[in-house]
Amino acid sequence: MIPASFEYVRANSIEEAIGALQEHGDEAKLLAGGHSLLPLMKLRLAAPEVIVDLGRVDALRGVCETDDGRLAIGAMTSHQDVIDDDLVRQHCGVLADVTAHVGDAQVRHRGTIGGALAHGDAASDLPAALLALDGSVIAQGPNGRREIPASELFVDYLTTALNDDEVVVEVRVPKLDGDWGWRYEKFSRVAQAWAIVGALGIVKRSNGSIEDARVGLTNMGTVPVRAAAVEQALNGNGTDAIADAAQQAAEGTDAPGDLNATPEFRQHLARVLTRRALEAAAG
Amino acid sequence: MTKLNITVDGEVHDDDVEPRTLLVHYLRDVVGKTGTNVGCDTSNCGACTVHLDGRSVKSCTVLAVQADGATVDTIEGLADPSTNGDPTAGWHPLQKAFHTEHGLQCGYCTPGMIMAAADLLKENPDPSEDEVRHGLEGNLCRCTGYVNIVKAVRTAAAEMRGEEVSA
Repeated sequence: MIPASFEYVRANSIEEAIGALQEHGDEAKLLAGGHSLLPLMKLRLAAPEVIVDLGRVDALRGVCETDDGRLAIGAMTSHQDVIDDDLVRQHCGVLADVTAHVGDAQVRHRGTIGGALAHGDAASDLPAALLALDGSVIAQGPNGRREIPASELFVDYLTTALNDDEVVVEVRVPKLDGDWGWRYEKFSRVAQAWAIVGALGIVKRSNGSIEDARVGLTNMGTVPVRAAAVEQALNGNGTDAIADAAQQAAEGTDAPGDLNATPEFRQHLARVLTRRALEAAAG
Repeated sequence: MTKLNITVDGEVHDDDVEPRTLLVHYLRDVVGKTGTNVGCDTSNCGACTVHLDGRSVKSCTVLAVQADGATVDTIEGLADPSTNGDPTAGWHPLQKAFHTEHGLQCGYCTPGMIMAAADLLKENPDPSEDEVRHGLEGNLCRCTGYVNIVKAVRTAAAEMRGEEVSA
């Protein structure tokens, strides 16, 4: 399978990429690692007329600490480089652990954190993780940069709040320093497949009780969602509250039905996986 | 057409390619490296795995133009070429081990399996059975040969660590 023809633009800087997007409008697509876009193009589900390749923009790679105490991860940092990064492992190990669930080794060598988030697929692992972390992306357009919180980034099925002439340049996540635990429970049909459902539990413990609980759900709607009812039922309570709280994991979700799972099965999985994830995170 | 400068198995190539050319097609049809197979063509099966600047990638999901300026290593460059007429003498430990442990039946997945395993062993020279299975999750064998594939990778790992391996 070969993609439809396109004009290829190799950007050497963020500004060049934005210029190409301005010039070509919605006929252009940004190419990061290509592991979401190229399969769509090969299936001719996408046929952009212009591809703007970010592969040469070295300024978009790497991880650093921000002045306000967060981590800034360059959008073109590969999944494997996120997993291996010392700052990520030290301050936001949950992101490294979730990223290790993306695709397979070869996919993680090419796919990028910014590309995965800009693709906005509720069935992929990182959108739910960014949401549960209260993370954000920094988008740069012709008029400068703006920060888009994860809670506003994912708008609809494969649709984000990014404008046509904006480039995701950074992903920001908080440092989870202190007594945090986490676990991502991913239920897949086969190894390397997308999650039928995924549940990420992140828990801050304090004096034997749960001070702050976060639950992000993968593939439980057109956008990634937080299991807000579960979080509220847990905050301030002991870990013995997890089993009951997890029963509310499917509340407010809009699980899709497909060949692999009915909506009811996905709701069941959300409850079970949320309980498992939270028990492991709090344990 | 877009200009492409790429080093494949140690040889520099300058070519003009259509931007939509996939790396695997460039390698097979332009460079002639047909050792790299096209399998599922949907970045599932891993038969097309090569090394791009040292890391394993699925060459059906990389545009050739994305590899401009890069180094690509395929299964054809894995063996040591400096042998005297014996095509097996220079085999990489993984190639030897897939042979001795019967790590293949039809052999179609083998080039990708070996390239994925070679990258895995660079990162983890002594993987457990579990780690091999997890590390090769991006490579499918439809002859159900995983048991011997895992054995072969661990045998090759032992040889590469300098341990005695019975043939």
